Amino acid sequence: MCGIVGIYLKNKKYNSQLGKFLTGMMNSMATRGPDSAGFAIYSSEKKKKYKYSVCSNTDQVKEISKKLSKQVKDIKVKSISDHLIIETAMKPKKFIEILKNYDELSLVGYGSCIEIFKQVGNPKDVVKNFSLEKFSGSHAIGHTRMATESAITTDGSHPYSTGEDECLVHNGSLSNHNNLRRSLQKKGIEIKSMNDTEVAAGYISNGLSDKKSLKETLLDGLKDLDGFYTFISGTKNGMAIVRDEIACKPAVVAETKDYVAIASEFQAMAHLPNVNSAKIFEPEPGKVYSWGK
Amino acid sequence: MNLNLKKESLRKVNETLQSIDRKSNKKIFKVSNPDGNHAICAGLKDEIEVTIDGHTGYYCAGMNMNANIIVNGNVGTGVAENMMSGTVHVKGNASQSAGATAHGGTLIIDGDTSSRCGISMKGIDIIVKGSVGHMSAFMAQSGNLVICGDAGDALGDSIYEANIFIKGKVKSLGADCEEKKMNKKDQNILRSLLKKASINESEIKNFKMYGSARKLYNFNIDNVSEY
Repeated sequence: MCGIVGIYLKNKKYNSQLGKFLTGMMNSMATRGPDSAGFAIYSSEKKKKYKYSVCSNTDQVKEISKKLSKQVKDIKVKSISDHLIIETAMKPKKFIEILKNYDELSLVGYGSCIEIFKQVGNPKDVVKNFSLEKFSGSHAIGHTRMATESAITTDGSHPYSTGEDECLVHNGSLSNHNNLRRSLQKKGIEIKSMNDTEVAAGYISNGLSDKKSLKETLLDGLKDLDGFYTFISGTKNGMAIVRDEIACKPAVVAETKDYVAIASEFQAMAHLPNVNSAKIFEPEPGKVYSWGK
Repeated sequence: MNLNLKKESLRKVNETLQSIDRKSNKKIFKVSNPDGNHAICAGLKDEIEVTIDGHTGYYCAGMNMNANIIVNGNVGTGVAENMMSGTVHVKGNASQSAGATAHGGTLIIDGDTSSRCGISMKGIDIIVKGSVGHMSAFMAQSGNLVICGDAGDALGDSIYEANIFIKGKVKSLGADCEEKKMNKKDQNILRSLLKKASINESEIKNFKMYGSARKLYNFNIDNVSEY
């Protein structure tokens, strides 16, 4: 099953409530995916700074921060539940190499405005553990998982991020991911898990690095990705949704002058302001819808 | 009687509507704050009128018998699925599988439906004032599907003895579905259905009818090598 949600704020007056909106959406979708959850938050860009979202499996956060600050100048480490948000001016290529020396840390995403959190457990607990309600930002994407494809681990949870400020959540399953994983890895895209969605995320990263737009990449995906899916994909400029041609996996969009919300079911959006007067529609199969700057 | 889903549980509201005192005169109900909940008004069996004020989730008015249900909003997957009798009128749009497997009654949708509208329908009359998505009337066995807008891909795939009346464009027909000539009897069926949905009868001339070519579900000796 799985539940997917996304919200893009057109009106900045709601930015401080982004986390609160997403919390309600994810809590409502807990029934569709009770075994793990995750979310990506996009907030304002910090010029010349990168944020690295890292999952840590150790209590020794202070020791690790110290060790890191010896290797990297001007570093800020914020700890939330079992995640660290590490802020530094160091470029991704260099910093990711350094991170690889830390067995107790695994990178879940990075970029100038994205922060990603994911964890095993009921979504209602996960959003509480990370205090999602307190987050602000311009857009956010979330996922509640009912595992079918790979193990119930943090590595198997969404959102997946395989490129700077990118993320992807998925309801469905892909059948040609093994083949695609091999061909993407040959092109140098790093895919860490055996999960099908991470391959789709890698596919999108590959398209974007070829200077294609998110919309073009998702349209190409209709030919190359075999299986069932509704995808919500985020970049620092906005988000997009696409459903495969068969469209078994549900999605509803509610658009007002202030925001665009996407969810697997309408009930996830029922708490949003003025939703009853929103333009509500189901994305058509094989069509890409995108919103953003 | 007003039933507020913000104050009462869904189970309680459905129980109230499912266990009507037949001696009572209370026949008109309103359900407020549906907020996309699933299975609202499922399994009603009495001649009552229920108005739902807002958007509902999956299987709204499922298995309906006798009741007249009006939704002032959109409905999720499987509205009026397996309906036996009565009327369901959706003022907004419907998601996929509207009226699936329904045996009887009337389903009116003022907006559009997404895919698989009337899938495996077994006697229901469905009138959609907007358009329907792909695979509509898939394996439809009996009843009528009236579409005032357009239809998506594979309309009437593997259809049995249901009729499809459509005013707009058909993107593509499914296997074994073909256009039929409308005779007087068919026109009368369409006329009464349009009337039910308050659509002008003069529109009849703009409709085309589709049904089964009956090549797929009858055994044909020429196809023996296919088995």
